[in-house]
Amino acid sequence: MNPTPSQTVGPFYGYALPFPGGGDVAAGGITVQGYVYDGAGDPVPDALLEFWQADPSGDLSGAPGTLRRDPVTGAVIGRHGLDFTGFGRVPTDADGRYALHTLMPGNGYISVCVFARGLLHHLYTRIYFGQDPFLDALPPHRRDTLVAVREREDVYRFDIHLQGEKETVFLDFG
Amino acid sequence: MTPPTPPLTQADIDREIEELHKAGDGQEANHPPRDFAPYRSSVLRHPKQPLIPVKDPEATELSGPVFGVTDVTALDADLTKQHLGEPLGERITVQGRVLDRSGRPVRGQLVEVWQANASGRYLHQRDDHPAPLDPNFTGVGRCLTDDEGRYAFTTIKPGAYPWRNHVNAWRPAHIHFSVFGTAFTQRLVTQMYFPNDPLFAYDPVLQSVTDERARQRLVGAYDHDLSVPEWSLGYRWDIVLDGPAATWMEEGR
Repeated sequence: MNPTPSQTVGPFYGYALPFPGGGDVAAGGITVQGYVYDGAGDPVPDALLEFWQADPSGDLSGAPGTLRRDPVTGAVIGRHGLDFTGFGRVPTDADGRYALHTLMPGNGYISVCVFARGLLHHLYTRIYFGQDPFLDALPPHRRDTLVAVREREDVYRFDIHLQGEKETVFLDFG
Repeated sequence: MTPPTPPLTQADIDREIEELHKAGDGQEANHPPRDFAPYRSSVLRHPKQPLIPVKDPEATELSGPVFGVTDVTALDADLTKQHLGEPLGERITVQGRVLDRSGRPVRGQLVEVWQANASGRYLHQRDDHPAPLDPNFTGVGRCLTDDEGRYAFTTIKPGAYPWRNHVNAWRPAHIHFSVFGTAFTQRLVTQMYFPNDPLFAYDPVLQSVTDERARQRLVGAYDHDLSVPEWSLGYRWDIVLDGPAATWMEEGR
């Protein structure tokens, strides 16, 4: 069967998709933070990033309970807090910045899905935290766009450039 | 100083759309190209480098987020019951199935929707279209697909709204859908349109899907059997997810 075509998420998803604690996958682990930029080098204030990752042991089974809701009020009451769901969802703020609080993935990277106003079909990329054979296969000048920069203990910087000189490597899973 | 640029007219946009459709004639293209200039916001927001193909059977992306019954409440799928009063507008029921490319149902997955109210206004700070907000309509819903991959929403038909892409840019009525599959690679955000909308031909977002057959897949069908007597009109819309499913997970568990 032929797939349903993608359409842009923007611009008014802000009251619908983000949820409180969407970037707090886990406490006491690492923070990954950065900006999303467009081709003019301007920050993108209406992007939405989703993250999916393995737990520190490399397990990808995840667990339900990311968006748990109060059965009485319907309000989001957030994560289970006991199980690692592996899923995060964060809109960029008015400055084009995002932050993700999570645990170091056991297999070396966090998978990222990028949505934005103006982006007709989402994009995938990855946040790596160190050397990886996959990175070795990329041209050296592009490799760095997939590697988080350690800013201080447990805090990493990862910017996403949709276009331009520092354009992030985006992935096609076929 | 550079002279001021004349405002873009519908005729300019129509010409661009026609050229891009002609260029893609006969080619089957399921998804819109990310650089579809008639949709001006796309110009600075698409990568210019080719995407890097990944053929890794152990990839994180071949599994996906998991959702359960605690991620939704019973009221989430009825957008007309989330407030004390009834929302204004034409009540509709929208039902369909989420399937993978082999036609298999995608079960237990989260379907999220959001939309404008009957006047074409979103409950969003940045929507300053001078149409009234409806105190009885937020325009957000979610549900989990059942064992047959079915989803169902009760809502109201959203209105068309202007969006400043060019002079007289009006978006056809649409409901935004966000859908997961069993693999992160199947993730989809899309929009369902309503049949026979006169605005289709003028809308660069819908027309960004250059293949007519693919464009048709974004349009829900009026289904009289789904209409509820004295209550609502029914629309049927199935969603087919792209990308490889999580076959390695199924084998390993």
